[in-house]
Amino acid sequence: MTSLIEVPDVEPVAVAPKRKSGQGGGLGRYIVVRFFLIIPTIFILVTLVFFLMRVIGDPITAAQGGRLPPDVLAQRIHDAGYDRPIFVQYFEYLGQVVTGNFGTTITDRRPVVEMLSTFGAATLELSINALIVALAVGIPLGLLAAQRRDRATDAFLRFFAILCYATPVFFSGLLLKLTFSVWLGWLPVAGRTSTRTELAMSSLAAPSGIYWLDALRSGNFAAFGDVVSHAVLPAIALGFLTAGVFLRLVRTNVIGTLGKDYVEAGRSRGVSEFRLVTKHAYKPALIPIITVMGLQIALLLGGAVLTETTFEWKGLGYQLVQYLNARDFVAVQGIVMLLAVIVAITNFIVDVVAALIDPRVRY
Amino acid sequence: MSTATFSGPKKSFLSGLPVISHLNKSVGLQRGMLITGLVLTGFFLLCTILAPFIAPYGYSQLSDQSGSFPAQQAPSSKHLLGTTVGGYDVLSRVLWGSQTAVTVIVVAVAMSIFLGVALGLLSGYYGGWLDRVLVVIADAIYAFPSLLLAIVMSIVISHGQSSFWGGILACAFSITVVFVPQYFRVIRAETIRLKAEPFVESAMVLGASSMRIIGRHIFKNATRTLPLMFTLNASESILTLAGLGFLGFGIEPSSAAEWGFDLNKAMADASSGIWWTGVFPGIAIVLTVLGLTLVGESINDLNDPRLRGRKRAGGKPSRSAAAVGQGGNTGAGTGSAAGNGTREAGNA
Repeated sequence: MTSLIEVPDVEPVAVAPKRKSGQGGGLGRYIVVRFFLIIPTIFILVTLVFFLMRVIGDPITAAQGGRLPPDVLAQRIHDAGYDRPIFVQYFEYLGQVVTGNFGTTITDRRPVVEMLSTFGAATLELSINALIVALAVGIPLGLLAAQRRDRATDAFLRFFAILCYATPVFFSGLLLKLTFSVWLGWLPVAGRTSTRTELAMSSLAAPSGIYWLDALRSGNFAAFGDVVSHAVLPAIALGFLTAGVFLRLVRTNVIGTLGKDYVEAGRSRGVSEFRLVTKHAYKPALIPIITVMGLQIALLLGGAVLTETTFEWKGLGYQLVQYLNARDFVAVQGIVMLLAVIVAITNFIVDVVAALIDPRVRY
Repeated sequence: MSTATFSGPKKSFLSGLPVISHLNKSVGLQRGMLITGLVLTGFFLLCTILAPFIAPYGYSQLSDQSGSFPAQQAPSSKHLLGTTVGGYDVLSRVLWGSQTAVTVIVVAVAMSIFLGVALGLLSGYYGGWLDRVLVVIADAIYAFPSLLLAIVMSIVISHGQSSFWGGILACAFSITVVFVPQYFRVIRAETIRLKAEPFVESAMVLGASSMRIIGRHIFKNATRTLPLMFTLNASESILTLAGLGFLGFGIEPSSAAEWGFDLNKAMADASSGIWWTGVFPGIAIVLTVLGLTLVGESINDLNDPRLRGRKRAGGKPSRSAAAVGQGGNTGAGTGSAAGNGTREAGNA
């Protein structure tokens, strides 16, 4: 009973410091709330993809219909449970997804989770490479465009940014292939490695699937060179797609901060233009850039599907197309789901980072 | 603002006045970009209309009087841009491809505007559980890689195989699913903002029905961002169509010419140094998207007083500025709308 009486006394005391240090508690709450917002997003996508895929028919008929005699087909459908009511299947699928079981692919009978981790590593590698290219190209050029605002350099760079966006990955990929692989003969046409390197790396214990990492670990520099030379063109093709977005983003935001009073104050104190742009105006401009960078992950993943097909880069996107053509919808469902989860989680991380940087974001 | 937009001449608005007023408003670099965009877009539309007359052959024509076309022939006087691996004439397919592109854009954007605007108006005006459900769904779809969604949709709709209209509708539907959430978001936000405006309240007081308020008072004011969204989405839908075609989920070559599909076939040619089958359809895509994007970008910049003109502006990125405008702070939005209104009134 005493504790109950004490509570009202303790309560305001407990609240007061909370308000004072304030932001810490607010941020924690924001992160938790934001985290639980991922669940409906993923749930809706799971539902959407499940029903869309079932509209076409059951996965076994789709994959093997016409190739098997009708009675064998019916038996298989029955064994897999696809002849039950769709809602029973749906809830069973939900249960499986929650426990991390995405089923087995129909065409090559691999567990979907294993398939995802194998090809996911390749897509991850491609995305990281592309992101590096995009940042290395987009940010300096964006700063340059902001500094030369409304002059010829700026006009050219803005046009370049739109051109980056307007060129489909497979077309820039084609041009790169023609130029650097066919005419100049500098770089390989397609694939992730040559066969020899693949053999050299296959002896490695517990490969990460990220080839340049594996090549480094094997200590074979020829293999590393080979991996890098294969990675250059896909990374450029996909990277330039996003580089255009970054360029424009950096440009607009830096122009915004360049107009601020403190920049003017810096200028009057004799800070060099270069330093004004790269130090004073650039850092505050980073916040919106980080936010939008996270949103680019969807663009990057969509582009990865096209890039992987263009360069026969055997990642999730390449595999997705293969499975789609083979009508293996269990595998397709798994890949689409994984990509959806990645996008949802990235958006969550971006929101948290944005909240960490800028307290005003928290609700 | 409201008088100008209300009594404002609707017909002149429809006949393309937004673009002309923007042209008048623009200066220097922005004007150059807008004109370049308009020229490229005009050229693209011209190709579409004239394709039946200027294309030397049909899009699926494999032979003429002198026999069947050779495969993978380099550009020559008979085939100005060469022939593909299947023996099609590249120039003809590039020209006919513009027709496919325009058809898909028109169908896709029309459907998504219709659905997105209708849902956005209803959701924003009535609110409640309908609003919540729609917002959650739209957000989920919006966050998803659009190309993947389009692929899944095209498989669902067409089961992979496709005739001309079947393929076009499948592509258009797939693109629609991607775009509806975008229109929905913008229109919903505008509707919520407008609902609180005095003129809507006075209409309510006068006893106007909900349908009339939505249809007349809110609709007309909420849709002024549509020309901009249309141009931006048109370019995006071309890219999506080409992406679908490239991955092999587009339209069969015998039912229509499609640039993405041709690029897919050209990929194998590139390894053996045959460049003409891929480069020309690719250039067609780039120029078309470039033209539409330049127009859209220029309109966007000109609509935002902080980006317009050449004076130093304490501008925010256009994205967040647009979001702020929708969110309730209508300073920038109202300014540009007023600008449009007076310009229109002046021209009329």
